[in-house]
Amino acid sequence: MIPVSHWVGTMDAILLQVLNGLDKGSAYALIALGLTLIFGTLGVVNFAHGALFMIGAFCAVTLQRILTFSYVTLDETQKDFLGNPLKVETPYLEGWFGYDIGHAIIDWSVPLAILFSIPIMVAIGFIMERGLIKHFYNRPHADQILVTFGLAIVLQEVIKYFYGANPIPTPAPDMFRGSLDFGAMLGLEPNAVIYPYWRLVYFGFSAIIIGAVFAFLQFTTFGMVVRAGMADRETVGLLGINIDKRFTIMFGIAAAVAGLAGVMYAPINSPNYHMGMDFLVLSFVVVVVGGMGSLPGAVLAGFLLGILESFASMNEIKAILPGIDQIIIYLVAIIILLTRPRGLMGRKGVMED
Amino acid sequence: MSNSNFTRRGVLKTSAIAGAGLALPTYLRAASDSGFTNAPTGSTVTLGFNVPQTGPYAEEGLDELRAQELAVQHLNGEGDAGMMNTFSSKALKGNGILGKKVEFVTGDTQTKSDAARASAKSMIEKDGAVMINGGSSSGVAVAVQGLCQEAGVIFMAGLTHSNDTTGKDKKANGFRHFFNAYMSGAALAPVLKNAYGSDRRAYHLTADYTWGWTQQESMQAATEAMGWETVNNVLTPLASTDFSSYIAPVLNSGADVLVLNHYGGNMVNSLTNAVQFGLQDKMVNGKQFEIVVPLYSELMAAGAGANVRGVIGSMNWNWQLQDEGSKAFVKSFGEKYGRPPSNSAHTCYVQTMLYADAVERAGTFNPCGVAEALEGFEFDGLGNGPTLYRADDHQCFKDVLVMKGTENPTNEYDTLEIVEVTPRAQVEYAPDHPMFAGGELGKCNPGA
Amino acid sequence: MLGLGKRDTSLVIIVTLMALLAPFILNPFPTESAMAQFNAGYPDLLQRFVIFGIFAIGFNLLFGLTGYLSFGHAAFLGIGSYAVVWMYKLLDYNIVPGLVLAIIVSGLFAVLIGYISLRRSGIYFSILTLAFAQMMFAISYSDLIGRFFDTSITNGETGLQVYTSDPQILLNDWESVPHLLGLVEMRSTYILDAGAWSFSFNAGYYFCAIIMILAFYLSVRIFRSPFGLMLRAMKSNQQRMTYTGLNTKPYALAAFVISGMYAGLAGGLLASMDPLAGAERMQWTASGEVVLMTILGGAGTLIGPVLGAGFIKYFENIFSKINDTVLHQWFSFMPDGLEDAMVFIVHPFIGKGWHLTLGILFMLVVIFLPGGLVEGGQRIARLFARRKDTAPKETQSTPAE
Repeated sequence: MIPVSHWVGTMDAILLQVLNGLDKGSAYALIALGLTLIFGTLGVVNFAHGALFMIGAFCAVTLQRILTFSYVTLDETQKDFLGNPLKVETPYLEGWFGYDIGHAIIDWSVPLAILFSIPIMVAIGFIMERGLIKHFYNRPHADQILVTFGLAIVLQEVIKYFYGANPIPTPAPDMFRGSLDFGAMLGLEPNAVIYPYWRLVYFGFSAIIIGAVFAFLQFTTFGMVVRAGMADRETVGLLGINIDKRFTIMFGIAAAVAGLAGVMYAPINSPNYHMGMDFLVLSFVVVVVGGMGSLPGAVLAGFLLGILESFASMNEIKAILPGIDQIIIYLVAIIILLTRPRGLMGRKGVMED
Repeated sequence: MSNSNFTRRGVLKTSAIAGAGLALPTYLRAASDSGFTNAPTGSTVTLGFNVPQTGPYAEEGLDELRAQELAVQHLNGEGDAGMMNTFSSKALKGNGILGKKVEFVTGDTQTKSDAARASAKSMIEKDGAVMINGGSSSGVAVAVQGLCQEAGVIFMAGLTHSNDTTGKDKKANGFRHFFNAYMSGAALAPVLKNAYGSDRRAYHLTADYTWGWTQQESMQAATEAMGWETVNNVLTPLASTDFSSYIAPVLNSGADVLVLNHYGGNMVNSLTNAVQFGLQDKMVNGKQFEIVVPLYSELMAAGAGANVRGVIGSMNWNWQLQDEGSKAFVKSFGEKYGRPPSNSAHTCYVQTMLYADAVERAGTFNPCGVAEALEGFEFDGLGNGPTLYRADDHQCFKDVLVMKGTENPTNEYDTLEIVEVTPRAQVEYAPDHPMFAGGELGKCNPGA
Repeated sequence: MLGLGKRDTSLVIIVTLMALLAPFILNPFPTESAMAQFNAGYPDLLQRFVIFGIFAIGFNLLFGLTGYLSFGHAAFLGIGSYAVVWMYKLLDYNIVPGLVLAIIVSGLFAVLIGYISLRRSGIYFSILTLAFAQMMFAISYSDLIGRFFDTSITNGETGLQVYTSDPQILLNDWESVPHLLGLVEMRSTYILDAGAWSFSFNAGYYFCAIIMILAFYLSVRIFRSPFGLMLRAMKSNQQRMTYTGLNTKPYALAAFVISGMYAGLAGGLLASMDPLAGAERMQWTASGEVVLMTILGGAGTLIGPVLGAGFIKYFENIFSKINDTVLHQWFSFMPDGLEDAMVFIVHPFIGKGWHLTLGILFMLVVIFLPGGLVEGGQRIARLFARRKDTAPKETQSTPAE
């Protein structure tokens, strides 16, 4: 099946898959981080978290649409598919700033969407928490699952209604097209280990976000109170601290983290309305493997599963165990949960009953 | 909503009044008197349009539905009659089918065999449909085709490209107008040879399910026959959304062509990922690296955006064709819906027309009569040139299009351009070709 | 009667009557009328109602009683279907051997998966069952085991079906569709026309309905048995049970296996009605669906899961088939402008929007009826019973998490 020459390049292949794994892992870790933030602070199982990720990606789509908002001129020299004069659409931005600047702004719509999405995502998080989730704090987890699952369906159907079911291409700025030749930097043959610029950006971006969230929880008074609340909500409440308000803010932050993960993911895969559901099950596996209620666990599990999944899709591995890449995540999850009862770093008594 | 409400409503009102005292076709009841399932007894006949309305292919299903509604209008003598004017058979008169007004019911396949069968069953059992049409994947087509065979109604497949639909899983009650994986390979190989030479090394990524396997097999056979070498074939899970770990090793493998045997969301993502890696900017073995997507659709091309530029693939039909039939269809579809039809819309429209025409020519709705009228039927004027519905396997043989992603699109529908119209003779194969072996057509089943 | 209390007896009788009369009850509108769209009394959907009812009853035996939330129960549904179709392929179209095999095989898988998964509790248990089911889904969808042996075990995404080239060693000439011991074909249907109405009585439906009644009866017995009490005790406080020196695990495993066998039976029945077994039956969405059915209907109640199953299947099959043409028909009595406005308003919720309707209803039910549909029924009953001024009677066990 596999020519011998393949084995020679195995080191390169492993290096490549480590890069891949880190990249995949950063998406898993970002989603799992948000999920654990909500879960750890509020004790709510949020099945709508995937939908928040999806909405984030659609923030990028929306901004792109807004920036390319166009006026129509009829061009008599060209015909459309019915033989009528072609309607030429010119973005207003082009009209206002001239062709070059206008298109440069449109080109950078995804990075710009980071700013655009934060207020939107935080607002969605607040509305969700105040309007719906807070009524479910004392309800069984099964009810939380059902209501957030219903919400996830509603959110994705709303997106589908406005944007259709087809994926919408949302490219990264032209600057980030193509790949970085890692191998050449390390003195390997050219083209042996290449990796797309945007995926490297994604990895760096998620590292920053993860670092920021940890720093926020670790080094601010606000974070300290939240951490205390995660450990023992009642006591913190008895100390006269308004933990509810802080938890609402945490929900907003978690939504923003999921949304940012989505914005930056948009150029990697064209967003469609069910991309949240595609990630939902996987992100739950990641959270549980990491251990319920543990933020470092979620991040660690995200990267671990990402890297293992990438390794399992190597041709050398697939030649021995065909189809292993389809089941690896679940297989690893089973093994970890059987050897470590609460996942990698889970806390005792969280979601165990 | 759509601008034809006025006429449609008028018709509905009259039909409601006319149908008041008469029995609507109710399933199986008529079986005893006329010898087949759902024999229409009143002044109307019901067709079932079973398309994906939720899930990843929802957009494609929506376009199929548009075409089917248009076909019903044309059959009932509303609108500009579209392809009925160009169709070589003149049996259709615009007064419904056999004088019965055409009505339709719709359902959601969800692109799942189970849901598709449930939906088709409800059309047959509850609504009295005599024919099921539509669908957007081969798994669903095979499942629904099997059901129609058992129930005794005709199945006019929509978009299904796997060799199995008219190969291993062919059924006497099922008919496929759409082309198949073998034809894609046969049409693409010469064009690829012209464009990229006969000394190429191909790396296949293949969606790990029936359609992917047959597509890959066909492409490998066709390209190897003209001298290409197949470096590797890697199966990717259907549920994959990120293909980077499958694409990363490609450049290192010594391959200089990447063949993406993916469809729908898989294809949009794998192509996007491959372009991100900058594969097309690389030189391997002294040649420009190229990507090939054997099966294209307009919606996928739209989803992949600029990434399709310059990428070669194949299609059943395209709205840019300049024959009279295609022009008539694009005109009436475009005027009604404000957009050009996709190739799955075309197939569903044509299938509905072909069914209606076969009923007219057979003089009965009996599936066995209809099947007989369709078998070996030669026709023209529905796009794709002269076409044969082969009796041996119920597969249509016609010209196949080789497409290429437009380099400088002028509008949102201008995503693909026709590179070549491969003549029918070049994509024909014997009914017992090994890629299609294993199944039996069986006997037509009228259901009673 | 039959070892049941008075209240349970009447519940079983009600379920029996509802199941037997379903072809009437679910076809309330004349065939001609615009409302006929809402009729659900056709064989395929009736069969689905009771089969998914069995699935949900079985799921509830585990989740409702012990509180263990399995997120991979669809795996057993798929196994049951594959078992039946394999019996078609090897023996003949008689459904009995397949159904027996379906129950046995799904039971064996349940023992294995349950034994491993029950070593953990809470969400860890859920994810373990999910992982097993997803692996089985992936394996069936790409036919990985079959590929390993260079043959076809599940026939991949197309679904397992019978080919004329299959052995079918017991096949008689007259057999072409699933039947019960050669007595009756599952698809045979008798149609009764009564004025403007038309009712269909399908052999397959009644076969499934009788099995569902038996399954329901059995679940009532389990709920009321000492075993059921033990399970519920585990749910309320497993620790205390353990402290009393009792090993609860065998009880949980027994519940898991029984529940898996119910699912296998349901899957087997699906393939008995329609000789095809698709891998999607094992996907997490299918597992999630039965969770939703049970919670929506009322977890831990006897009748709730059946109601939940009916509710979801109704929306899936009825709402998805309503299209704009049908809407125009409904509102055709209105003036043109108003008619279009109505169609425009309703349009997002029907046809391709049936998911949206379902999602909204999920939320509404969970928000306003914490005990599921059963609680809704109880509230209505209480409203009527208020005059009698009796304390609200707990017809069912308390809705539980």
